Amino acid sequence: MNDMTPTREEREAKLQGMGCKRKRVEDVRFTQGRGQYVDDLKLPGMLFGDFVRSTYAHARIKKIDASAALALPGVKAVLTAADLKPLNLHYMPTLAGDVQAVLADEKVLFQGQEVAFVIAEDRYIAADAIELVEVEYEELAPLVDPFQAMAEDAPLLREDIKDKTEGAHGPRKHHNHIFEWTIGDRTGTDAAFDKADVTIKEMLSYHRTHPSPLETCQCVASMDKIRGELTLWGTFQAPHVIRTVASMLAGIPEHKVHVIAPDIGGGFGNKVGAYPGYICAVVASIVLGVPVKWVEDRMENLSATSFARDYHMTTELAATKDGTITGMRVHVLADHGAFDACADPSKWPAGFMNICTGSYDIPVAHLAVDGVYTNKAPGGVAYRCSFRVTEAVYAIERAIEILAQKLGMDSAELRMKNFIEAEQFPYNSALGWEYDSGDYHTAMRKALDAVGYDALRAEQREKRAAFERGETREIMGIGLSFFTEIVGAGPTRNCDILGIGMFDSAEIRIHPTGGVIARMGTKSQGQGHETTYAQIIATELGIPADDIMIEEGNTDTAPYGLGTYGSRSTPVAGAATAVAARKIKAKAQMIAAHMLEVHHDDVEWDIDGFRVKGLPESRKSMKEIVWAAYNQPPPNMEPGLEAVSYYDPPNMTYPFGAYVCVMDIDVDTGVYKVRRFYALDDCGTRINPMIIEGQVHGGLTEAFAVAMGQEIRYDEQGNVMGASFMDFFLPTAVETPVWETDHTVTPSPHHPIGAKGVGESPHVGGVPCFSNAVNDAFAFLGSTHIQMPHDHWRIWKAARALGA
Amino acid sequence: MIPANFAYHSPSTVEEAVGLLARLGDEARALAGGHSLIPMMKLRLSAPEALVDLSRIAALKGVREEGSEVVIGAMTTQHQLLQDPILAQTLPLIPETSAVIADPQIRYRGTLGGNVANGDPGNDMPAVMMTLDATYTLAGPNGERAVKAREFYQGAYFTAAEDGEILTAVRIPVPPAGAGFAYEKLKRKVGDYATAAAAVQLTMKAGAVETIAIGLTNVSETPLLAEDAMAILAGARLEPEVVDRAVAAAEAITNPASDGRGPAEYRTAMAGVMLRRALARAAARAQA
Repeated sequence: MNDMTPTREEREAKLQGMGCKRKRVEDVRFTQGRGQYVDDLKLPGMLFGDFVRSTYAHARIKKIDASAALALPGVKAVLTAADLKPLNLHYMPTLAGDVQAVLADEKVLFQGQEVAFVIAEDRYIAADAIELVEVEYEELAPLVDPFQAMAEDAPLLREDIKDKTEGAHGPRKHHNHIFEWTIGDRTGTDAAFDKADVTIKEMLSYHRTHPSPLETCQCVASMDKIRGELTLWGTFQAPHVIRTVASMLAGIPEHKVHVIAPDIGGGFGNKVGAYPGYICAVVASIVLGVPVKWVEDRMENLSATSFARDYHMTTELAATKDGTITGMRVHVLADHGAFDACADPSKWPAGFMNICTGSYDIPVAHLAVDGVYTNKAPGGVAYRCSFRVTEAVYAIERAIEILAQKLGMDSAELRMKNFIEAEQFPYNSALGWEYDSGDYHTAMRKALDAVGYDALRAEQREKRAAFERGETREIMGIGLSFFTEIVGAGPTRNCDILGIGMFDSAEIRIHPTGGVIARMGTKSQGQGHETTYAQIIATELGIPADDIMIEEGNTDTAPYGLGTYGSRSTPVAGAATAVAARKIKAKAQMIAAHMLEVHHDDVEWDIDGFRVKGLPESRKSMKEIVWAAYNQPPPNMEPGLEAVSYYDPPNMTYPFGAYVCVMDIDVDTGVYKVRRFYALDDCGTRINPMIIEGQVHGGLTEAFAVAMGQEIRYDEQGNVMGASFMDFFLPTAVETPVWETDHTVTPSPHHPIGAKGVGESPHVGGVPCFSNAVNDAFAFLGSTHIQMPHDHWRIWKAARALGA
Repeated sequence: MIPANFAYHSPSTVEEAVGLLARLGDEARALAGGHSLIPMMKLRLSAPEALVDLSRIAALKGVREEGSEVVIGAMTTQHQLLQDPILAQTLPLIPETSAVIADPQIRYRGTLGGNVANGDPGNDMPAVMMTLDATYTLAGPNGERAVKAREFYQGAYFTAAEDGEILTAVRIPVPPAGAGFAYEKLKRKVGDYATAAAAVQLTMKAGAVETIAIGLTNVSETPLLAEDAMAILAGARLEPEVVDRAVAAAEAITNPASDGRGPAEYRTAMAGVMLRRALARAAARAQA
């Protein structure tokens, strides 16, 4: 060795592999305005579609007259349900086992519902034409309040299924009932409550909100009638699933449907399912023989494409008087709007709501969820969380606080007392999950020490006393939350979408000079996959990440996968990437051994190549091995170096974390200030700490938004109130608090690289943390629970009601 | 979110603009910064057939002193108001208000004239102009006339301007040296209209209020001049009991809408809180 020989550290650093704060490669184009989004696509002869939407929440359509619109120069066609019926396309299946009207069939069921689709030469003519379509409505009584949905005299919403007593998930109890889903030991739970020293019960409403990605939902459909092939570009978090759905609905063989998801400007669950716009664009392209683009505007996005939450959770805990939790009972009333358009795995109509026992060793529990229809937009998607995990964590983390208050115990202490112990993993929860790993006590203690928890409580006591003496109008809240997520859906034995198991995939191809192209079945919407997947391969194969190109989103070239949502990319496709890389590595080892003229058991891996055991200078770099794979492979070995893996995860992964929020509230105005927010995340092995930090910042910002005001509100007539960024709270840099991030590392024992997924954790843990801070601030005035969202006027109203 | 078709005109003199508006009639609208009108057009709540863009009329821009008045051209942007040395010296209430209007990008386009002329109760400058007792210069087919800001606002989007008239300038009497001022605005986030806001301009003498004007933003169909509250405070010391009475008098004239910012009772109470805080800050700033 001479001075020019790179050290091991230098060789490792050159790879920019796992653990490296590698800068995001996709940002080179994004920060220069050179991303290619759906709306950047312009095809020769392309037409533009726009929707006539319902102005009523519930009404019968008496007549649709499109003659004036059709007479406008540049208008090519107007589609209504009557045109789709002969094709059997006026309804489409939802991922939740329901059907959804593509164009309103005789009745409209929510304000903003798609009634007619106008196709014109450009979007400006289309916008003029939708004004000219005359729709005559007969108003019907709207049903807005989910608590009234199953009243005896509640209006019948879904006439199309009024005689169906059996839904996709069992019997329907009422004409507005969708499903009842129960899990757990009802008798045992009731017994635990009967025996309990202390119980609490609170109806915790998680209001309706919306994922609101900055880029709205959109597509371009192009039918080539000569070849019989359909190409569909769109904002798809799950392009392969969209292709399967498009093939089934359009009756075009799957290999002749090309679905392409280009750059996507955020998804957050809004872009998982299929929307009427996609179907109408496809039908219009088939009918007219030219490409058709559909782009929804902001108000359409907020008021029509999938909302999130609207879960009303009556939550009960039973405990001994010393604070040992002995049982949990939850009933959820789930408002799904006019159609059940949740994007959950098929067998999970309430998602993974049964993670609601949280991070605690609760011996027995029972959960029942009733889904109901209302005259509101359809959906119920997982907004920056795994399926219904945000709701579940909100329920348990608010309930813990309420129980602590009743016991007169510090809530941090109550958590520590009831945490699942590190030695209990893998841990089987009362509601059926096997938690893979965790070390909750360590994380919680680290968080409390980091913020100086005892000193904060002492300060709070002083401020409360000063408030009571009339010296200040400001009160202080300390919000804690400790969450356990369940991400990486999922094992094909219990997770599927439309019958397709929720595996994911990676295909890695190494070219002769060492350049790599790898393709996955997932689809980044901003998560940084092009950066992080390359880091996994870099470490596994000793090839610099800069020499690895990641491609996703083209169903012709990428292997089939279920897409990106529910923090599943790293747990599932990331695992597939590692497994595929290891297949290549095994072959590389054979080639290296052949080149070094030793038995393959006599070589060992060494950062970026193989060396002969005991003879470290006798080695072959991956670059040399790759060339040999194409140039002189060992006898009887196929040339080339590539592999594919379809990874069926043995279990979910269970990231966790401890968050602390310190908030000051002005009781005279309801204005709050987040003085401090500390977030400790444990997502197992950390692939790119900088990207993790960015994900945590983004997720916390969305959590802050949801907890403190972001809401889709309806009035009593079912009118959507404030579906624009004037009213819908999207925090700017001015409102957003400063985030402090921290971590512990508890690798997943079953994941090839021990990683767990992190993108949604901050949202899941953040929302209850903010809400707990507000509630904690008011607890000394006798409040047990204040419903979200905690915007200024609601905080003020709570303060007034408490006599503050 | 796409407006209906309209014709676009870009005159370079006030006379030309007035002529265009006269010729085009009812269906034409003058366009200033566009931050009220264009969103309304995109929602198709407003569909003028023609827009007469005032942005190229050089005579409508700038701030100057004329005797005991400051004259601000209608097309002077919020950003220019924030930067202007004359206003910083003579009428600091104006830049203090501009700073809480929207965000920097919007302040580069949004103008004083646009903010005060269209009668949007959510705009901040109208109440400030009433507080400062400004006079608006209107140019129309029959020449120029002057209307007091305090007499200009008649209802939501309904003002004393006649069809075909353009607001060309705002004339404001310079307050005496040592006057105190404050604009207190409560909003949900950057870029939002006020949940409630209060403007105060006062002078103090021997520990008591000498003169005072109070304006309230976005708590009624029009901006409000809180005259009863002003009468209570003029000549009085700012004792808690006096302030309470003045705040109650100001709250009594509000009639806010219930909206996403909160129910009416909240917005009324916030008008009171903003006034209380503006009073305290203005008094602290005044040199008695």
